[in-house]
Amino acid sequence: MRREWRRLLRIGAAAAAVAAFAVMLLAPQAFERPLAVLTKFGQPAIYDRDSLLSLTLAHVGIVAAASLAALVVALSIGIFVTRPAGAQYLPLARAVANLGQTFPPVAMLAVAVPLTGFGARPTLIALFAYGLLPIFENTIAGLKGVSPQVVEAARGMGMTDGRILKEIELPLALPVIIAGLRISIIVSIGTATIGSTVGARGLGEIIIAGLQADNLAYVLQGGVLVAMLAVLADFGLGFIERRARQPRSP
Amino acid sequence: MITVDALTKTYGPVRAVDGISFELAEGEALALIGPSGCGKSTTLRMINRLIEPSAGRVLIDGVDTRSIPPAALRLRMGYAIQGIGLFPHRTVAQNIATVPRLLGWPRARIAARIEELLDLFGLPPAVFAHKYPHELSGGQQQRVGVARAMAGKPAVLLMDEPFGALDPITRARLQDEFLAIRRRMGTTVLLVTHDMDEAFRLADRLAVMEKGRIVQLDTPEALLRRPASAFVQSMVGNEDRGLKLLSLAGVAALMRPAEGWAPAGEGTFRKAGGQEALAPLSASASLREAASRLVLTGVDELPVVDETGNLVGTIDMARIIAFGGGRR
Repeated sequence: MRREWRRLLRIGAAAAAVAAFAVMLLAPQAFERPLAVLTKFGQPAIYDRDSLLSLTLAHVGIVAAASLAALVVALSIGIFVTRPAGAQYLPLARAVANLGQTFPPVAMLAVAVPLTGFGARPTLIALFAYGLLPIFENTIAGLKGVSPQVVEAARGMGMTDGRILKEIELPLALPVIIAGLRISIIVSIGTATIGSTVGARGLGEIIIAGLQADNLAYVLQGGVLVAMLAVLADFGLGFIERRARQPRSP
Repeated sequence: MITVDALTKTYGPVRAVDGISFELAEGEALALIGPSGCGKSTTLRMINRLIEPSAGRVLIDGVDTRSIPPAALRLRMGYAIQGIGLFPHRTVAQNIATVPRLLGWPRARIAARIEELLDLFGLPPAVFAHKYPHELSGGQQQRVGVARAMAGKPAVLLMDEPFGALDPITRARLQDEFLAIRRRMGTTVLLVTHDMDEAFRLADRLAVMEKGRIVQLDTPEALLRRPASAFVQSMVGNEDRGLKLLSLAGVAALMRPAEGWAPAGEGTFRKAGGQEALAPLSASASLREAASRLVLTGVDELPVVDETGNLVGTIDMARIIAFGGGRR
């Protein structure tokens, strides 16, 4: 009964978040009056230099591309270093992933721009490097968390290593891996705003424009849109994570 | 048939298993028994090559197991372990289907095999096939674990303390069930256990191991009557060896015809000239139960009945003692 209530509450909150986000995106004029309070005389309250929808799609696109690349790379390396043959590379891989996380994305942009030029590319690189660690660490934690007895039983029954990975280890580690992906994506959605400083299209543009013109209404509008996007992504990925966990939850 | 020939496993200077040899005939159940660290599990795991032997060889139907790829070899050997190792993300039916699926059986044959095994282990398929392991009790999980190991009709079933994690009552019940299933299916079993009663109950022969070697390989009766060393004697039981011997034999084999006994009402019988009306023993009882009843009742002869309550004979203390002395 309580579980049922919690489920309904979750669905209700998600629906409200989607509705609020849709209004903000498609009919921003609805917020003109409250936002106008923050503007100085004569400044527009609603960002109108570009379509909000198109900026959001660009933002989502760049996050998706970077996270997908981070997922593929972190998952592959995570699998490799948990095999007997790759175990010796675990400390090295950890060090590299940690470096990606500790190196500030802004600094990464500064390094990447001279190499790749302005635009989406340096942003992609920064987000990719920044997003590796949570996926990598969770892949390792998920795979190491699989009961050794279960793996031993699988091997003893005649499953090959490849099959054990595909049919036993990865499905059992999946919820933990998705949790890592979730953290990585949410952090990326926020971090992607700095991409606008080097000319990548995204919701960061609104914030940057607000900062340049000293328009608080823009800053708030951009910030809230990014935050809502992160909240929605969290809901969606949380849903997927619970689905992956389902058959085993007591 | 499985032949184990001078099998050895060394870890550095330590000889965990030291030149073990035995043969396992088709349909036979052999138990490797000994204290922890005696090498019994290592021996079992070398047979399906979860551990590679340092020396020696294993033949299955005359073929050296080293010539068979490990995964293919293991598909021919069932494997049931303590703690079960059921796949938590798969249903009971999917768990049991593991080896048949790897063997590439057609779908209908797999479904029929799942149903057959669930029925055999007293788990109605309609109720249990689609449950997940966490929805089962420990005993039910253990049954599924053994059913899964038998699913691919393996040439031999390797079991490592398969009933170890259960409470004594559930364990005894599962042992009885498994014994009945094994007799019916003629399964060849290699069992690892440290529980002597389990070994006596389930196995035709026992290999008692100490420090990586087999110190005696014999039938339960021979182990009890003629333990080869003080160590074997301590393994089979110092004080209650005689009683254990009695639990190996049934009343039916030792009865003599009931002469002069007559029904005395309510299922009891009275001997001609005797005072007491005595409740009978079942013909399927062990000599140990018979001795226990004789002692408790304070008489030296008891009537024996079959399942339907018909008087079939009598058992007396002198015959039980004669059996104990090997003079039957």
